[in-house]
Amino acid sequence: MAKAYTPGLKVTPRIAFRSRRLLPIAGKVLVAKGDRVTGDQIVAETFMEGDVTPFNVASKLACTPAEVPTLLSKKEGERVEQDEVIGQSKGIFGFFKSECRAPVAGTLETVSATTGQVLIRGEPIPVRVKAYIDGVVGEVIENEGCVVEADSALVQGIFGIGGETAGPLAMACKDPAEELHEDLITAEHKGRIVVGGARVTVAALRRAKEVGAAAVVSGGIDDSDLKELLGYDLGVAITGSEQIGLTVVITEGFGDIAMATRTFELLAGKRGSNASVNGATQIRAGVMRPEIVVPLADGDGVVASKASEGVLEIGSLVRIIRDPHFGVIGEVAALPAEPAVLGSGSKSRVLEVKLADGEQVTVPRANVELIEG
Amino acid sequence: MQIGRTGRAESTRVHPSFPEKTRIRMTADSDHTPLDLSKISVILATDCGSTTTKAIMIERTPEGFRQTYRGEAPTTVEEPFADVTVGVVNSVSEIAELSGRRLVADDGTIIRRSSPDDPDGCDIYISTSSAGGGLQMMVAGVVKQMTAESAKRAALGAGAIVMDTIAANDKRRPHEQIQRIRELRPDMVLVSGGTDGGNTTQVVQLAELIAPAKPRPRFGGEFRLPIIYAGNKDARPAVEAVFDGPGFDLSVVENLRPTMEQENLGPARDRIHDVFLEHVMAHAPGYDKLMTWTDAPIMPTPGAVGDILQTIARRQGINAVGVDIGGATTDVFSVFEEKFNRTVSANLGMSYSISNVCAEAGMDRILQWVHLDMDERELRNRVKNKMIRPTTIPQTLEALVFEQAVAREALRLAYQQHKEFATTLKGVQQQRTVGDVFSQQTSGQSLVDNMTLDLLVASGGVLSHAPRMAQTALLLIDAFEPEGFTSLAKDSIFMMPHLGVLAGVHEQASLEVFERDCLIVLGTCVAAKGEGKIGKPCFKYSISGDLSEQGTMAVGELRRFDLGPGATARVEIQPERGFDCGAGPGKAISREVRGGTVGLVLDARGRPLMLPEETSERRACLSRWIEAMDLYPA
Repeated sequence: MAKAYTPGLKVTPRIAFRSRRLLPIAGKVLVAKGDRVTGDQIVAETFMEGDVTPFNVASKLACTPAEVPTLLSKKEGERVEQDEVIGQSKGIFGFFKSECRAPVAGTLETVSATTGQVLIRGEPIPVRVKAYIDGVVGEVIENEGCVVEADSALVQGIFGIGGETAGPLAMACKDPAEELHEDLITAEHKGRIVVGGARVTVAALRRAKEVGAAAVVSGGIDDSDLKELLGYDLGVAITGSEQIGLTVVITEGFGDIAMATRTFELLAGKRGSNASVNGATQIRAGVMRPEIVVPLADGDGVVASKASEGVLEIGSLVRIIRDPHFGVIGEVAALPAEPAVLGSGSKSRVLEVKLADGEQVTVPRANVELIEG
Repeated sequence: MQIGRTGRAESTRVHPSFPEKTRIRMTADSDHTPLDLSKISVILATDCGSTTTKAIMIERTPEGFRQTYRGEAPTTVEEPFADVTVGVVNSVSEIAELSGRRLVADDGTIIRRSSPDDPDGCDIYISTSSAGGGLQMMVAGVVKQMTAESAKRAALGAGAIVMDTIAANDKRRPHEQIQRIRELRPDMVLVSGGTDGGNTTQVVQLAELIAPAKPRPRFGGEFRLPIIYAGNKDARPAVEAVFDGPGFDLSVVENLRPTMEQENLGPARDRIHDVFLEHVMAHAPGYDKLMTWTDAPIMPTPGAVGDILQTIARRQGINAVGVDIGGATTDVFSVFEEKFNRTVSANLGMSYSISNVCAEAGMDRILQWVHLDMDERELRNRVKNKMIRPTTIPQTLEALVFEQAVAREALRLAYQQHKEFATTLKGVQQQRTVGDVFSQQTSGQSLVDNMTLDLLVASGGVLSHAPRMAQTALLLIDAFEPEGFTSLAKDSIFMMPHLGVLAGVHEQASLEVFERDCLIVLGTCVAAKGEGKIGKPCFKYSISGDLSEQGTMAVGELRRFDLGPGATARVEIQPERGFDCGAGPGKAISREVRGGTVGLVLDARGRPLMLPEETSERRACLSRWIEAMDLYPA
């Protein structure tokens, strides 16, 4: 019988974190197994073939495609500079010749006598991969990159924008239920990973950008504010390449939601430590969650929490992830076998969740997630 | 036992042209002796979806073939399993437990019956798949509205997601097109262009763009990207020279647009299927094993759904539309006058893509379907929370009402996209008479005609799992706006993919199960096309048979009558001037209708469907319709 799969987010003080740092195409790995690396150190590099620019020489020189190879002064494989004359028509009795100039610099890749089209391959584009976290190279993947390892504290968020960044952790809120508003962001947050509490406002995010913060982590955000920050309505949940000058990681969801106490305390305990953050999120086909990674110092004896197997059971800590009671954390009190009829009229398997104030609520099983770690 | 599939070219589109399903040669043993279909009594079928693998068992009973058991399990293409057969075995094991029939051998493979009396095993096992995102293709054609569009139709008909369409006239500069090709990671590329005997330059130029862009396939560095060339046959040598290299696997098929007046999609579609199996499926985790288990080629799920819809439309001589609204995409299939079309609205769906629906439709349009007071700022958060946590379900009535409002807009937008795509061939030179000139008929007319639509079939979570059948019925009516007389049905447990692939093996079995077990007939909608003042008479009705009623429907009114499954009634309609119920404006019409779980719905709200602009008036209207349909609990 297949196991039921219940998604969970990792929030743990210690995990053997491994990050695969790979080039998109074959290149050179600059580190060796066992090397100690820092997060911003380049571990692999390559050069991508330049962009291809096609242009039709036959139409430029008013000749047939078959004549093009004979009228070009450059051959396949030769370098050309931008605006360099690379071909000339025969003209009329040697007069009124027309010229053809290369639109870009690069290498003449192909000349087609069928179409008269010429392809110029532009300058190679350097591609470099950094280590992302302070750690040790655990594995080298020949010609592609490496795996960097570090025992780390790890917090996975639910949604993020922006790519990889790093900096020391700084706590802007005293309480996980405190809203992160702009007055709490100061010039001292420059280059920092700023940790808030509950909802972060768009004004606070703007202020964080102004002061040069590396990232902001908070419990919630209003979608209307996100739209204002991005300048557009986010469609499909695939993020990470936004160029807004700031990485944002939301740990709980959309709306005014307190950061989970466990998450807040974990990050507070690491204030001042260097953290690596990635806001990239992909919900569809291969879930990718945003993350905050804090490599532990050597000799740090913090113990890993008991790992959950991802199955709901009595006593499991869960978070309710849909209205009503959205964002509330509780403990599984009962797992009735029979489906129940919900307020919507649907029938669904449910569970009973005991909240912090003692109240017990009935929630569809699909509407909770485990707090793992 | 892997059976090769010999395709037959589809006849040209201007003639009745159902793709003739070549009987899949099946062998029970290595002697390649065809199986006797009359000996098939136990059929096992699976659909490997992106999230869930669903298995069904079909058995021969005294009443014919019936679906008897079903099971499901999470799909296992991703880590840690990375083997699709694990999920298949899990889902089949559920059937085994329920039926008491042993189906999985100790070595983990599917058991075949050794004799008619064998209590274990099945006679045939077939499967479809959309796991890992399904088949993702790029198509290229010379002219966007002509050969590129035909290429897109071929790809969609084969069940692919078309990631991008490159055309010489698509308004992008060549380097932008090349950059786009580089960014994508298609499973294969279909290149078309040029009628046979016509100009070769442009299609060769297109090939010369694709080759140096070096599109990288999804499945790793050693994989040679399949290119299918289906353009001007005179350009074949030049195209072969362009793709002559270690990174490509070129196959050449008949031109999919040999003349402007003809489409010939069959050879390209068949080759897409073959390449899908040889290259894509063979590289997807566990599929090489699964392919040895099945007794027919594994089909992409949407391809199978399209096939069963075409089979039904052909056998019953009707026009039909099918919709499958998923979490990320919405597929719409249509058969009008025997012409099949499929579109995939890749970013319209109810979970991953729900935010996109709201962005495209606009929150105002969605909220016009909601009779309750809701705060937009709060709703935007709920939408995004559903997007990032796609598996949640509405717990409260308010949440359900809002979700169904979003579904209406997702379906409406998807149908709109479908109508724009499912057209007569564009670029056709037409002989015109003076009368034609005045009627301003041009090529590229939508084939979709709601007045001639006979059957509307729904599938997908928000439709299939709506708490009340009436909700599914009204979702369909509001989104698709059928006119005249239209039967409404839903696919009870998303069995259409299984029946689609079964139709290629045992058409009779697939049809019997489709009629008896697959479809839940909701009933019939009778709707008047036209517009009028609210409250004025729209049409008179008289109903006899298993239901006896008569009366007048006023403009803006919706009424439902109980007419149960299996029941029939004769409905006579006399529309007022300006309203058309199928016989022409103001003309009486009489038809026999089928009942269903919802019954008979008379819709006098007009077409196009318009809602009052003023909020309180609109909510009052919606409340009346909700009451008429008994849509929600009080």
